Amino acid sequence: MDYKSSDGYAGPRSEDILPASATAAVKVVIVGGFGVGKTTLVGSVSEIRPLTTEETMTQAGVGVDDLAGIEHKTETTVAMDFGRISINEQLVLYLFGTPGQERFWFLWNGLFEGALGAVVLLDTRRMEVSYDVIGRLEERGVPFVVGVNAFPGAPRYPMSELRTAMDLDESVPMIDCDARDRASCRDTLMALMRYLYTLTTVSTESQ
Amino acid sequence: MSGPGPDPTAQPPGNPDRLYILTGGQTRPEAKTELDLVTLIVTRSESDPGLQPEHTAVVRMCDFPLSVAEISAYLELPVSTLTPLLTELLSKGEVEARPPVPTAALPDVQLLEAVMNGLQKL
Ligand SMILES: Nc1nc2c(ncn2[C@@H]2O[C@H](COP(=O)(O)OP(=O)(O)OP(=O)(O)O)[C@@H](O)[C@H]2O)c(=O)[nH]1
Ligand SMILES: [Mg+2]
Repeated sequence: MDYKSSDGYAGPRSEDILPASATAAVKVVIVGGFGVGKTTLVGSVSEIRPLTTEETMTQAGVGVDDLAGIEHKTETTVAMDFGRISINEQLVLYLFGTPGQERFWFLWNGLFEGALGAVVLLDTRRMEVSYDVIGRLEERGVPFVVGVNAFPGAPRYPMSELRTAMDLDESVPMIDCDARDRASCRDTLMALMRYLYTLTTVSTESQ
Repeated sequence: MSGPGPDPTAQPPGNPDRLYILTGGQTRPEAKTELDLVTLIVTRSESDPGLQPEHTAVVRMCDFPLSVAEISAYLELPVSTLTPLLTELLSKGEVEARPPVPTAALPDVQLLEAVMNGLQKL
């Protein structure tokens, strides 16, 4: 790690410093199956070299122990990559790329709370992961768009077929997303913002 | 960490400028300080020489605003380990917290417009 400055204190590199005028932040969470490109997406649009934050998760024991009536807890450290985009002098957007182990996503307190929304990166080779997470996002009322990541050799399906397979509402935007391409990632984030915009204006009108 | 205080999600939707004024730079020590991953921490004063090394590191690092997530990354500390440390610094008045823009159920239209304008520049 090269975060330590010359006097031995950790901290951001001078080019990674936010202006003093930064007043408030918002966040977006990137979810999706193992190796689908979450970290790559964060890196493609982040103004800072992506950083890693971690959290200690406590999980109750697994089924076998429950049957035996023994309660035990396991502690696991889960790491998450994140990046940053300064929207203007006051407002900062943080992007969090969830780790591969999906069972931890919803245990991370405060990850989805207050988030503007989520991007689900859909791995057409492992759709069941996304199917699960979409259900959990819907349950929690976290708005999301789906970025379909086209890996070479991955099965290709028409969007409409993917929509049906994922049981996705007609209103949820689906967009092709190459996580390595900054413009493609920007468009995916933009699709999320536009979607939020329509949700907001629709709910205002119906009041 | 908890206690009586205004519910941050209960703020009326307003234009972003108003939100910034509402959230900007105000520290109410008695109000509950819920630290989000993206709460911005800023140092308020010269660092107190009596602080423990990790506290000093935070105070020095936050000369300019930094999110809780960034501090956790630079110090290589889990968020749940960092939170009590930040809470202590907040209660001592060493740092101030700038809470995230409250999004309540759905974000404000002007906030979204600001984000879209910012993304357009990428
Ligand atoms: N073809 C193609 N390759 C990609 C794309 N996104 C990522 N990759 C590659 O896929 C590999 C995994 O990408 P990561 O960004 O690490 O994926 P991740 O979702 O963060 O992975 P985990 O955190 O391990 O779950 C890397 O070698 C990337 O270069 C994409 O959109 N298209
Ligand atoms: Mg990753």
